[in-house]
Amino acid sequence: MLTVKEERVLEVKELRTYFYTDEGVVKAVDGLSYHVKKGECVGLVGESACGKSVSAMSVLRLIPYPPGVIEGGEIVFKGEDLLQVSEERMREIRGNRIAMVFQEPTTSLNPVLTVGRQISESLELHRGMDKESARSESIKLLQLVGIPDPERRIKDYPHQFSGGMQQRIMIAMALSCDPELLIADEPTTSLDVTVQAQLLEIIANLRAELGTAVIIITHNLGVVARYVDRVNVMYAGNLVETGPTEIIYAESRHPYTLGLLASVPRLDSPRKVAPRVIQGLPPNMAHLPTGCCFSPRCDYAMAECKEERPVLERVGEDHYRACFYDAGKLKR
Amino acid sequence: MQNNHLIDVEKLVMYFPVTAGVLRKKVADIKAVDDISFHIKKGETLGLVGESGCGKTTTGHCILQLHEVTSGKVFFEGTDLVQIKGKSLRKMRRHMQLIFQDPFASLDPRMTAEDIIGEPLLVQHLDKGKKYREQVYEVMRMVELEPYMAERYPHEFSGGQRQRIGIARALAVRPAFIVCDEAVSALDVSIQAQIITLLMKLREELHLTYLFIAHDLSVVRNISDRVAVMYLGKIVEITTSDALYSNPLHPYTISLLSAVPIPDPVVDRTRKRIILGGDVPSPINPPSGCHFHPRCYQAIDICKEQIPELRNLGGEHWAACHRV
Repeated sequence: MLTVKEERVLEVKELRTYFYTDEGVVKAVDGLSYHVKKGECVGLVGESACGKSVSAMSVLRLIPYPPGVIEGGEIVFKGEDLLQVSEERMREIRGNRIAMVFQEPTTSLNPVLTVGRQISESLELHRGMDKESARSESIKLLQLVGIPDPERRIKDYPHQFSGGMQQRIMIAMALSCDPELLIADEPTTSLDVTVQAQLLEIIANLRAELGTAVIIITHNLGVVARYVDRVNVMYAGNLVETGPTEIIYAESRHPYTLGLLASVPRLDSPRKVAPRVIQGLPPNMAHLPTGCCFSPRCDYAMAECKEERPVLERVGEDHYRACFYDAGKLKR
Repeated sequence: MQNNHLIDVEKLVMYFPVTAGVLRKKVADIKAVDDISFHIKKGETLGLVGESGCGKTTTGHCILQLHEVTSGKVFFEGTDLVQIKGKSLRKMRRHMQLIFQDPFASLDPRMTAEDIIGEPLLVQHLDKGKKYREQVYEVMRMVELEPYMAERYPHEFSGGQRQRIGIARALAVRPAFIVCDEAVSALDVSIQAQIITLLMKLREELHLTYLFIAHDLSVVRNISDRVAVMYLGKIVEITTSDALYSNPLHPYTISLLSAVPIPDPVVDRTRKRIILGGDVPSPINPPSGCHFHPRCYQAIDICKEQIPELRNLGGEHWAACHRV
């Protein structure tokens, strides 16, 4: 048992992150638990406002306070509960041992500093390098993520790069300190498919070379199928299903996951078939229904779904779901 | 020109000037759309795909005469829209509508849903008084919004509902042709599926013709009869949706398709992947010859010198490449 635990780079237990707004308490993340093993790539999948980004921000303690508060739970990174450590210790971990790539490169880079300066900053800060070696390391990193002519380009400002190039720079910055965990929050959402493929390929190669564990947060089920080992499907602040990628795609046991998979038009599917649709809208996070949060939109909802909230239960090898409906009777 | 064509685009060119200095002297052109020709049949949906900056949105805007085109012709049922101006152009506009990408930015926050949906009716002097309200409610029902929502403001609606308002506004004047410019790109998967289903339903019921512009190939293929692929202002391939997936001919189309992951790990892992290097070059100074040659894995010498023509390769399949 212990050996299994040791492999875990990150373990999130019963995490609750709430936002206190005028409309009421928004339970953005409510009792979320998952873990990431060494060298593993985990996908957090779900629609807007399901709490996937907030859960990642909580790991780095980047929740804006007020209105956000991490109400409870544990975030164990390499045996250390990040919710208990001092802010000073947190600064050592952030960007150094856990790095993050944000969704919008255009807004995440500082427009008034050259990209070289921005990359060397973390090298000087976390790895104690002097200016000269930080500079040559920055050039190496830019080369690694495929930026042509890096010696010249480190003197350029972010606006002189395209969106795809900016996101490469973000990845270079994230990798500058050989993190043990890389969190990529919708890393390719605003980019074109060909550029998206280039970047995900870079992340996949780096994972293979450096053994970095990766969390990819995305709503794109195709990206998940291609690059992720384990899928965590989130809905309204909690996991509804988790399991190895192949199992989730082939034998999902949750109505929401099945609905999501059926909603996506596929390149290889017969045409002109209207996608099967999940009715209704995602819930208002300030007024969640009692019982299962998905029940108002669920085709299978029964009386008990409206009263009691299902918890994750084992349905197969390493495969868990939160649903009351008979798993064998779900239609694909 | 055949009479079953609703839209005929001939040698359409749209250059935007790049200016510099205090005198705003023109120093270069952004060749957003560079000599393209295609048609859309009545009742057909033509998909238009390509990466950002390839000119797909500009093409849509040029058809609707939202830009003063540099040269070329755009026929709507035989009338050249480029030639007509003023009142007669405004009259034509009721037959062609546009659905925008961002349901958050495209609705005036100070207008109610009813005012937004009904505004085109007033502009076009179509329905007044009681008939006006009836028509607004009618199109609201078509897009599955309840008439009691008519008094609400955009911020009271969700993203999917706002997009429905945008669609209702386009439908209000009973157009024949709608340009859907990334109409579902900003929406969540489950909402996206709802809107696609709605657009398909409306197409059947109202016999609409769509130009469906998007960067998501899976969505485009699903809804379109034919698909045109654009790269740096040019159409590189145009064919039926089925042939585009089963038999793509242009190297750009092939690599674009291979870059789209299929949401099924077993199927996806067996696919051949071509990862294109680099970014799309600037349309101010596109590469010589075939614009795609610097990124193309099949490029030979002739590709650097000669711009390939769009050639018919049997049936409805056209491609612009020296190598096919």
